[in-house]
Amino acid sequence: MKNFLKYREIWLLAGIVVLIGLISTRFPGFADPANLRQVFNDTSILMILALGQMVVILTRSIDLSMASNLCFTGMVVAMLNAAHPAIPIPVLIMIALAVGLVLGAINGFLVWRLNIPSIVVTLGTLTIYRGATFVVSGGAWVNADQMSPDFINFQRAAFLGIPVLSWIAIIVIGLFFLVMTRTQIGRSIYAIGVNPTASVYAGIDVGRTKFIVFCISGMIGGLAGYLWISRYVIASVEVANGYELNIIAACVIGGISIAGGIGSVGGAVLGALFLGIISNALPVINISPFWQMAISGSAIILAVVLNARGERRQGRIILRKAEAA
Amino acid sequence: MTDTPAPRHIPDRLDKPLSSAIFSWEALLVVIAVAIFAVNSFASPYFLDPWSLSDLTFNFTEKGLIALAMALLIISGEIDLSVAAIVALASTMMGMAVQAGAGTPVLVLIGIAVGLACGAFNGLLVTRLGLPSIVVTIGTMSLFRGIAFIILGDQAYKGYPESFAFFGQGYVWWVFSFELALFLVAALIYWFVLHRTSFGRRVFAIGNNPVACQFSGVRVDRIKFILFCLTGLMSGIASVLITSRLGSTRPSIAQGYELEAITMVVLGGVSILGGAGSILGVVLAAFIMGLVTFGLGLLNVPGIVMSIFIGLLLIIVIALPIVWRRLREGRFA
Repeated sequence: MKNFLKYREIWLLAGIVVLIGLISTRFPGFADPANLRQVFNDTSILMILALGQMVVILTRSIDLSMASNLCFTGMVVAMLNAAHPAIPIPVLIMIALAVGLVLGAINGFLVWRLNIPSIVVTLGTLTIYRGATFVVSGGAWVNADQMSPDFINFQRAAFLGIPVLSWIAIIVIGLFFLVMTRTQIGRSIYAIGVNPTASVYAGIDVGRTKFIVFCISGMIGGLAGYLWISRYVIASVEVANGYELNIIAACVIGGISIAGGIGSVGGAVLGALFLGIISNALPVINISPFWQMAISGSAIILAVVLNARGERRQGRIILRKAEAA
Repeated sequence: MTDTPAPRHIPDRLDKPLSSAIFSWEALLVVIAVAIFAVNSFASPYFLDPWSLSDLTFNFTEKGLIALAMALLIISGEIDLSVAAIVALASTMMGMAVQAGAGTPVLVLIGIAVGLACGAFNGLLVTRLGLPSIVVTIGTMSLFRGIAFIILGDQAYKGYPESFAFFGQGYVWWVFSFELALFLVAALIYWFVLHRTSFGRRVFAIGNNPVACQFSGVRVDRIKFILFCLTGLMSGIASVLITSRLGSTRPSIAQGYELEAITMVVLGGVSILGGAGSILGVVLAAFIMGLVTFGLGLLNVPGIVMSIFIGLLLIIVIALPIVWRRLREGRFA
């Protein structure tokens, strides 16, 4: 039992259950399975993005460009769809993955080959990718009526009673779980975060692994680009502006240590769910959505405080800190 | 062009990007600034007008003030992502004070005090609880701006007193705006503190090796707390300037300032890993960013496209020395 309670996921899950319970006292229909399915579906994109960010953070790096990547890729597929409605959706998804991969590879290359800290690289590409969105679109929007019905309806179609968007999230979660727990690259990612120097001696190519994690987060950003645009049926330069911090927040709430090496797929998913439940619950229990930022901000700070209690281990991505003697 | 040794009192950058390759980082920035200045003056006939050059300074003074304090914070190995949210919260509080009929001196005091308080809150969380600043300030960023959103909703506060407009719109002498004068004075103060005092030496030392500092009796936590307070304070001052310049408060005020301030700091040659950097570099980087945005503005380039140039500039300037060195050593992989 004691071992069981050591897992952060258990605490998070408990927190989520309590949260749902509290909301249900104000709005009885909230805990309804149909509504919870809806919440899961609404949170799918954030969960997928948080997983992509997680692998980057695990290696002591950070990807600030994910939301810009999402915006750029989403614009590209939306424009493709508007211009050539005949392109089938699976092909568009492949294109989204490929475009995202290229953007991620650029980040990864700069981090790997030039050894520039990832926070600097992605700070730069954050603005570059969003600017590039303006360049490709000429500042124009792609509206719902320019998108083909397939483009919009694909992720809304129900399969076994659950929308395709949720299925995509479930598949991505499953894939990440397999990769992180059952493959060599998954172990390497953890190893680099825990001790990069030792990883080198253990025969892990640290630079190449970092390149790979940026490729992964890039592909995830691209996938989320299609999903986001077809869900909110508008592509503009403003899409997901500032969302990179929500993604990182989901990871932090999910117990992924910003210092690298600590975190799990379950944590990232639950962290995203936690934020998703808050944003879903506020309107139904008649709290102004303007409270949302303050509430998630407090949740992040609380989560970090709890993280620190749990870890008491110092490592870092952007700094080294005095171990209090 | 021979090697100019780095100034004595500035420790070399950890990875010695340029000082060992061609010349100092600051010299590179000067070259870039001059080049952009020359391009600008050829590209637009309006650029060289003194008033137009004066307008240019408004593009960077507010963010530059924040960047000065942020530089010290990053040199010490910490970071503050909440600065723009602090600006928003301070501006909101000033807006509330205006509704209550407060005069200009009270408004300025409120702006600065709110900034200082927010900075102290960050500092306490980081130093007392030993939390990583990047996460703490992502949290407080949402928290501070969230409070601004709760108070303001989707409305805006207006009706600032006329005398309040001086801070963001006034001129101290001919074309020299109050903002520019304040920025230059603040830069001098920060230069002195960082490069000429024992406090500044400790800031460098903490960034280079916090463990050694702790053991040699430096009060690491206290200095970091002071640095967070300073960053909050400068954000409060910037809030007074921007609120006065715009004459209104919205919850979305200063959106994205944190990334621009950090870009200035990094472009200015401060190592994001801590332990190295100079105020001169940050001031030059602030000027460069102002020049780029203003020059592109004269050419009617939309703001979002300017950000491409800023992003490219950041990456190229950081990458250039590394590529250069590798080429010289003939081992570019």
